[in-house]
Amino acid sequence: MRVVVLGIGNLLMSDEGIGVHAVAALQRRFILPDTVEVVDGGTTGMELLPDLQGASHLIVVDAVRVGKPPGSVLRLEGDEVPAFFKTKLSPHQVGLSDVLAALRFSGNAPDHVVLIGVQPVSLDLKMELSPQVAACMDQVLDLVTAELAAIGCPAQARSSCYDSNA
Amino acid sequence: MATRITIDPITRIEGHLRIDVEVENGKVNKAWASGQMWRGIEQIVQGRDPRDAWAIVQRICGVCTTVHAMASVRSVEDALDLEIPLNAQYIRNMIMTAHAVQDHIVHFYHLSALDWVDVVSALKADPAKAAQMAESLSDWDGNSRHVMVDVQNRLKTFVGSGQLGVFSNGYWGHPAMKLPPEVNLMAVAHYLQALEVQRYANKIVATLGSKTPHIQNLAVGGVANPISMDSQSVLTIERLMLIKEMIDKLGSFIRNCYQVDVAAVAAFYSDWTTIGAGITDYLSVPDMPIDTKCTKFMTPGGFIKGGDLSSFKPITTYKDSYFRDGVAESVKHSWYKYAGNAGPLHPWKGETTPDYTDFQDEGKYSWVKSPTFYGNPVQVGPLANVLCNVAAGHQSTISHLNRMVDTISQLSGHKLPLSALHSTIGRHAARAVRCGVMHENLQANWQALMENIAKGDVTTFNKPVFPKGEIMGVGLHEAPRGVLSHWSVIKDGKIANYQAVVPTTWLAAPRNEDGQIGPYEASLLNTPVADPERPLEVLRTVHSFDPCLACAVHLTDKEHKTVVQVKVL
Repeated sequence: MRVVVLGIGNLLMSDEGIGVHAVAALQRRFILPDTVEVVDGGTTGMELLPDLQGASHLIVVDAVRVGKPPGSVLRLEGDEVPAFFKTKLSPHQVGLSDVLAALRFSGNAPDHVVLIGVQPVSLDLKMELSPQVAACMDQVLDLVTAELAAIGCPAQARSSCYDSNA
Repeated sequence: MATRITIDPITRIEGHLRIDVEVENGKVNKAWASGQMWRGIEQIVQGRDPRDAWAIVQRICGVCTTVHAMASVRSVEDALDLEIPLNAQYIRNMIMTAHAVQDHIVHFYHLSALDWVDVVSALKADPAKAAQMAESLSDWDGNSRHVMVDVQNRLKTFVGSGQLGVFSNGYWGHPAMKLPPEVNLMAVAHYLQALEVQRYANKIVATLGSKTPHIQNLAVGGVANPISMDSQSVLTIERLMLIKEMIDKLGSFIRNCYQVDVAAVAAFYSDWTTIGAGITDYLSVPDMPIDTKCTKFMTPGGFIKGGDLSSFKPITTYKDSYFRDGVAESVKHSWYKYAGNAGPLHPWKGETTPDYTDFQDEGKYSWVKSPTFYGNPVQVGPLANVLCNVAAGHQSTISHLNRMVDTISQLSGHKLPLSALHSTIGRHAARAVRCGVMHENLQANWQALMENIAKGDVTTFNKPVFPKGEIMGVGLHEAPRGVLSHWSVIKDGKIANYQAVVPTTWLAAPRNEDGQIGPYEASLLNTPVADPERPLEVLRTVHSFDPCLACAVHLTDKEHKTVVQVKVL
């Protein structure tokens, strides 16, 4: 079993970078089992092939624009995920559906794919999250760690004094 | 009556490019290339420490993180006239060449082969014949009958379970698909093998760069890889030997699969050697520096006018004023405005102020600026690079190109003239040639690094010192998609202005100040379109440039747009 937690998005565009901020916070706040690999995917597409090849479980964290109230968090799984990446997200993320297509074709696709998405507020050119999206970080990390626990890879919280500032 | 076709987006991945063409009598007679996202990266680095810029700007693009990081440190080093230790040059060169090798392989097999290869047709192939044919072309060990049977069975399962829809741009059964079933099966087999092989290139980048997709080891002044003979945490001989193994595996695939497959596609689609030339003024920059002052390079650069190799004018160093003085960007047809409605601006004086209008055929219609070289649009990319290298007498390029041309000629039964390279197929052939050259450079830099370490030199970094006052620099890189330049103005140790003129800006440029069309647009004129509902031919030509709009522009505000849309008006 190899689990990949993949954060994608653009760090330069505020909430667009929520996925990348979230996986960084995940690593800061939790001790993860050796079977879990955390990947900062940025806005890449095919460059993610080696990281995703042969993963049994993929948990993607990303900004999603679905017309929900700002800061809404949603969860998708299975075939909904590649379909979603083809039609709903910001265009650079079309890349992930191509990566998943190539992996599926070669028989190397993850058996389980889950997407944790956050509706952004601000896509301004800055490197910080908007207050509303920053405020849902705990909820995002709860969902990610719940996924990990459900597949037998529980994350262990580091002592709270270590870092609570995402 | 002309038919207007809008393809939006055109890229399989990485960015949002819209192409509009007007088709009359079965051929394109007008074309517009439009970047549909805004890129404001230049503004985000203003006021920052120039030593941090590279880590930020590598986030402007998905595919090309590494190349922006590289161009950025070079830009600051150029402003400071900073020398770079030899080890750092070699390590950087290895990262750049390994990245290029991976990028070219993935582009052909995973991002553009499906324009030419009909996956469904491979189901009809006789695996024994496919193996026989493949084995006659090269001695690659992944061509056996056993492999072909296995791949075909896998494909049957895949198609049978209705999963083919995962490929968003597949034009199965299109009348412009011409490969025999056996060639299609061979290509599918190599598509799958390429997925494995490209990992080696990625592993090299990851080992040297500490991390992919975003490398961590760069620094203004060198690299942050300490070299040691004994410590496990740094670059050791053991790690370097592991890299060598991966270099060798890549070489075999490039020679025996990638270059041969491109030759096969070129031979079966020989009509595409006369389609898609577009702009035949070619620009390329020297790269892979092998001295500390960046004056000696492994691959040359220069400019070719009108496809005539005898017109070649070299760009000799990063300081060559022939390049620096020649670049300007117009926004007459782009969604920006310059102060005082100024004409084209040199990148050091560049501005990035948005001025959005609707899509106006005769006015502004793109988020991409229109760069020119001495007032004219130019084609950049592997084809420009290969032609400039050939004109400069670069032996490695000439030998790979000769082999490519011979293989195509042998397969098609016709001698391929050099002029056939000015085409859609020519860009694919040149990319495969360049991949071979990059691989040789990768090997050579590995060797040079080993020898330099053996001499006892373990220096990888020279500390930058920023003076008071204003300095300017440009960082050049011949990236997988072509000429990349990062222009920086630094004042009192902080970035005062920053402009990135990226390959896809050169290529996807809209009309310029004088109304001249850009390279994508020019290449589409006269392209035949058999079925306006399925404009495969347009995609073939645009994909042959390896478009990457994510770095030419960024940020969409078109929330309502569906991502896959072919609209016939």
